[in-house]
Amino acid sequence: MSKIETNDLNVYYRNGSVQALKNVQIKIDANKITALIGPSGCGKTTFLRALNRMNELKGATTTGEVLIDGRNIYDQKEDVIQLRKKVGMVFQQPNPFPMSIYDNIAYGPRIHGQKNRNMDSLVEESLKKAALWDEVADRLDENALGFSGGQQQRLCIARALAVNPEIILLDEPCSALDPISTARIEELLQELKQEYTIVIVTHNMQQAARVSDYTAFFYLGELLECGKTSRIFERPDDKRTEDYITGRYG
Amino acid sequence: MRIETEEKLVKAGLSATALISVIVLFIVVGYILINGIGAISPEFLREAPYRFEYGGVFPQIIGSLCLVGVCLLFAVPLGIASAIYLAEYAPDNAITSTVRFFVECLAGVPSIVIGLFGLAFLVYYLGIGVSMLSGGLALGFMILPWTVRASEEAIKTVPQAYREASLALGVTKWKTIRHVVLKSAYPGIITGILLGMGKAIGETAVVLLTAGSGLESFLPRSLFDPVASLPVYVYMLATQGHTPGALSRAFGASLVLIMLFLALSVFALILRNRYVKKMDGGR
Amino acid sequence: MCAQEQIRNEKFVKPRWSAVEWIIEKVLFACALSSILIVLFIVIFIFQEGFPALLLGTRFFFGMTWWPSHDLFGIVPTVVSTFIVGIGALGIAALIGIPTAIYLAEFAPEWMRNIIKPSVEMLVGIPSIVLGFFGLMVLVVAIRDNLGGYGECILAGWLILAVMTLPHVISISEDSIRAVPRTYKEASLGLGATQLQTIRKVILPHAKSGILASLVLGMGNAIGETMAVLMVIGNPNIPGIPTSVLDSVRVLTSTIVIEHAYVDWGSMHQHALFALGAVLFVIVAILNLLTCAVIRKGMRKTT
Repeated sequence: MSKIETNDLNVYYRNGSVQALKNVQIKIDANKITALIGPSGCGKTTFLRALNRMNELKGATTTGEVLIDGRNIYDQKEDVIQLRKKVGMVFQQPNPFPMSIYDNIAYGPRIHGQKNRNMDSLVEESLKKAALWDEVADRLDENALGFSGGQQQRLCIARALAVNPEIILLDEPCSALDPISTARIEELLQELKQEYTIVIVTHNMQQAARVSDYTAFFYLGELLECGKTSRIFERPDDKRTEDYITGRYG
Repeated sequence: MRIETEEKLVKAGLSATALISVIVLFIVVGYILINGIGAISPEFLREAPYRFEYGGVFPQIIGSLCLVGVCLLFAVPLGIASAIYLAEYAPDNAITSTVRFFVECLAGVPSIVIGLFGLAFLVYYLGIGVSMLSGGLALGFMILPWTVRASEEAIKTVPQAYREASLALGVTKWKTIRHVVLKSAYPGIITGILLGMGKAIGETAVVLLTAGSGLESFLPRSLFDPVASLPVYVYMLATQGHTPGALSRAFGASLVLIMLFLALSVFALILRNRYVKKMDGGR
Repeated sequence: MCAQEQIRNEKFVKPRWSAVEWIIEKVLFACALSSILIVLFIVIFIFQEGFPALLLGTRFFFGMTWWPSHDLFGIVPTVVSTFIVGIGALGIAALIGIPTAIYLAEFAPEWMRNIIKPSVEMLVGIPSIVLGFFGLMVLVVAIRDNLGGYGECILAGWLILAVMTLPHVISISEDSIRAVPRTYKEASLGLGATQLQTIRKVILPHAKSGILASLVLGMGNAIGETMAVLMVIGNPNIPGIPTSVLDSVRVLTSTIVIEHAYVDWGSMHQHALFALGAVLFVIVAILNLLTCAVIRKGMRKTT
């Protein structure tokens, strides 16, 4: 069974006057990296944010189903808090809180009731998973805002890992970073997929080709095609996908 | 050439005009300082007033601080709660705009009208009497809109990214507000509260009508007893005490009042600057 | 690892916090309503207490004599004096404040701003009682010695109130001058206009409504101000319509403060003082609404 599955997913903004997603059907496998690509404004970020109900913050209306482990997360009875613990998110701009590295990581677990005595090991473990431990081990008390963009972004990944999610959503996580930091994050994703299901939005075609197992191409709110990354980039079914990949528009 | 001279002249005129505010401030503060410094002595700060010309202003200082304390206990929680509602929860509807409108209204009510209201409602209708509680609450009504505004401004400057990051970790809205939003906004809120305190501590009309005659020679006894205060003391001595001793005490009390106010303002300024630095990256 | 597995397999539980969250939101909402409640209470109590005096009708609103011991409560001289003092003070504040705002927004180098801005902010905060005391000891004496009369007069009121109104005029005017889009200014300068011409022809016309708003708001502040003005205008026992700037006068606020100390609660005199409060409340409310209207109109024009 797929980890994530959507049926007839529609998202509307501004009281229904703008439709951002149209009847999206997709299946996303566990322990794989799925990249979402498409020209800007195509709905890929909206789709990503539909997976942990972040669209609600902007007053969007959603119809259809998003099944995670077979349960519809838009069901009335579902708890958005539990959902977001299970589906972590990393944003385009690194957004650490203006507190120490340690407190950033400990923030989620503390609020979810984790006791302080296990906290040191949890912080260390999360930072190690995010490949940041070696750089910050002796600077845990420093304000997170004083670190480089790449370090901040890995900190945000570590922060998301600390609440023990199963799925990680990344919204153009490298767009604000330099090539070296980008490479480190891409490497990191390959390690993380052993344990987590990863969905990444990117506008960088090469990045999609490099890191993902599957690629989904969005265009004007519709999912045009989805399949193994190697196939999408070599033999796209849809002319528009080909045009995009070969750089005819973007 | 002619135009250039004209520009220069106008510019010089403008800068001279702009300096008037600075000059007025220095003259007023300087005048009070020069005339008040002679009155200030350890006894003046430690003793109670005795008739018009004798003694110090210790009960007045303590009384003013107590009044401001009661005022803050009322206005700060209510103001911050209102601000959180307006900034984080309020839907964009008629009720919200009504609330905003009334906050602005309250800010516009002249202090003497608030004093009259305190007199009619707190002192007589509720029967609290002329007392510290009446005075403190009336001051609280006065600074409530300022604490709402300052807190709302501070909350709104917290980047949206912090809220999203917290919510995406599965943290509830209220916990996000408490642990992330308020934590980032608190220097701004404190700055606003300090400025509100400065306003409250110098306010005379409200206190005169609701809290006491200012000449009380006893320390505040309870919430329900009249209480002395610096501004009312200055008012009484300046308008009714026509002896040199009374006037020098009025100068001394004015100086203490200005010093309290300056201390609050400087503190607020320092906090604000530190806050700005922190938001710039804390490096 | 076992513990982690267990957490992962845990079923989505029912929203545990939603009840708490709901209660918190409602409590916050109730707090936000407090301002409405206070304003309504103010209106109710002031008008209720002032009602018997307001019922005097023309004898109150158009009466020329305020003489409580003879049961005469005519407010005309007080209201006229209030406007004379308020408008004059505003005139002086505008004369100094608007050029200051232009200077701060367009010319002032950084170090000058760092001197003037904090000074202006401090000026707002000087307790009005202290400013009034200064006025009584310095201004009143100076006027008495140089111009004659008692010294406690309209002129002294103008000067002291101007100082109190000035900071409001400066800060709001400066904001509205700064709000004029940079591109307009650059376009004008690019056409070869001098800085002064640009200010006169482009910036000031655009900032006009903001400056006007600052003046109306300043007027509201000046009329509602109590202690400072009280100490320098003399407050004669039986006020008349002033004929010279050296005349002593009474304003609405000063009458309330001075007479509240010796009224009997429940007497017509007490009701008359609350009625003065009601009149003051209405005047200031109208001025504030006018400010809002001016600002809104200005905003419509620029968008």
